[in-house]
Amino acid sequence: MADETTSIKTPASDVAPAEHTRSGYHFQPNVDILEGEDELTVLADVPGATAEGIDLNFEDGTLTIHAKVPPRNEGVDFLVREYGVGDFHREFRVNETIDVGRISAELAEGVLTLHLPKVEAAKPRKITVKT
Amino acid sequence: MVFRYISPLHPVHQLRREMDRIWSTVMGENKEPPWTGIVRGQPAVNVWETDEALFAELETPGLKSDQLDISVIGDQLTIKVERPEVEESKLTYHRRERPVGAFTRVLRLPVAVEGDRVEAELQNGVLTVRLPKAAAARPRKIQVVTK
Repeated sequence: MADETTSIKTPASDVAPAEHTRSGYHFQPNVDILEGEDELTVLADVPGATAEGIDLNFEDGTLTIHAKVPPRNEGVDFLVREYGVGDFHREFRVNETIDVGRISAELAEGVLTLHLPKVEAAKPRKITVKT
Repeated sequence: MVFRYISPLHPVHQLRREMDRIWSTVMGENKEPPWTGIVRGQPAVNVWETDEALFAELETPGLKSDQLDISVIGDQLTIKVERPEVEESKLTYHRRERPVGAFTRVLRLPVAVEGDRVEAELQNGVLTVRLPKAAAARPRKIQVVTK
């Protein structure tokens, strides 16, 4: 399958919500979603993003991650160009079992970790059987 | 399994990603890739040059400097990356896209570089290797400076 390595920048108007007016490629970060007893953990690869550029938005049951990546290496003489630099964007449907008010996130080494705690009622509960 | 997808959000590229994912499940991960091909299974690299130096940049999210192995021998730059699995026995995966395992990328450099003056820097999950141009051909291990 041919790999496209074009460096033509196109506006990302068909993928980004209205607030993000920066043109250029938007990329979808790789994510791992893990479920534990108390929370769902989302790990997203966002290399090059800074903490100030992370925008987490929850609206209508949809959690949107947008990580701004400061441009680097613009106008440079590339010999090999296998990836472009641009913002990361991904959306998830979040159902009612997540306590939206307690969602937290941290960014380290280009990996964004999102903690989505479950509401109390959704946590697994051991039911003891009385004899 | 590049660390970042190259393509924009387009149904054709999403289809391609799904096909590649199925393919890598069938073929097995961490196969030693041919150095000539851009095979999914190695990190994507950008290389550019200035008058004084060559630069190679890789996206290495989640990696610390001790998980990277960079060496220069003659006109060849070898970058080995070891990404450990997340050890969580109590958790179940709903989705698993982030690549794990060891990857090696070998780049043949177009000009000779000074092996003992190569620097590498890791910031925000992006690894940048600076190779000053010169005419040396001795192998050197490179120290990674973490910012």
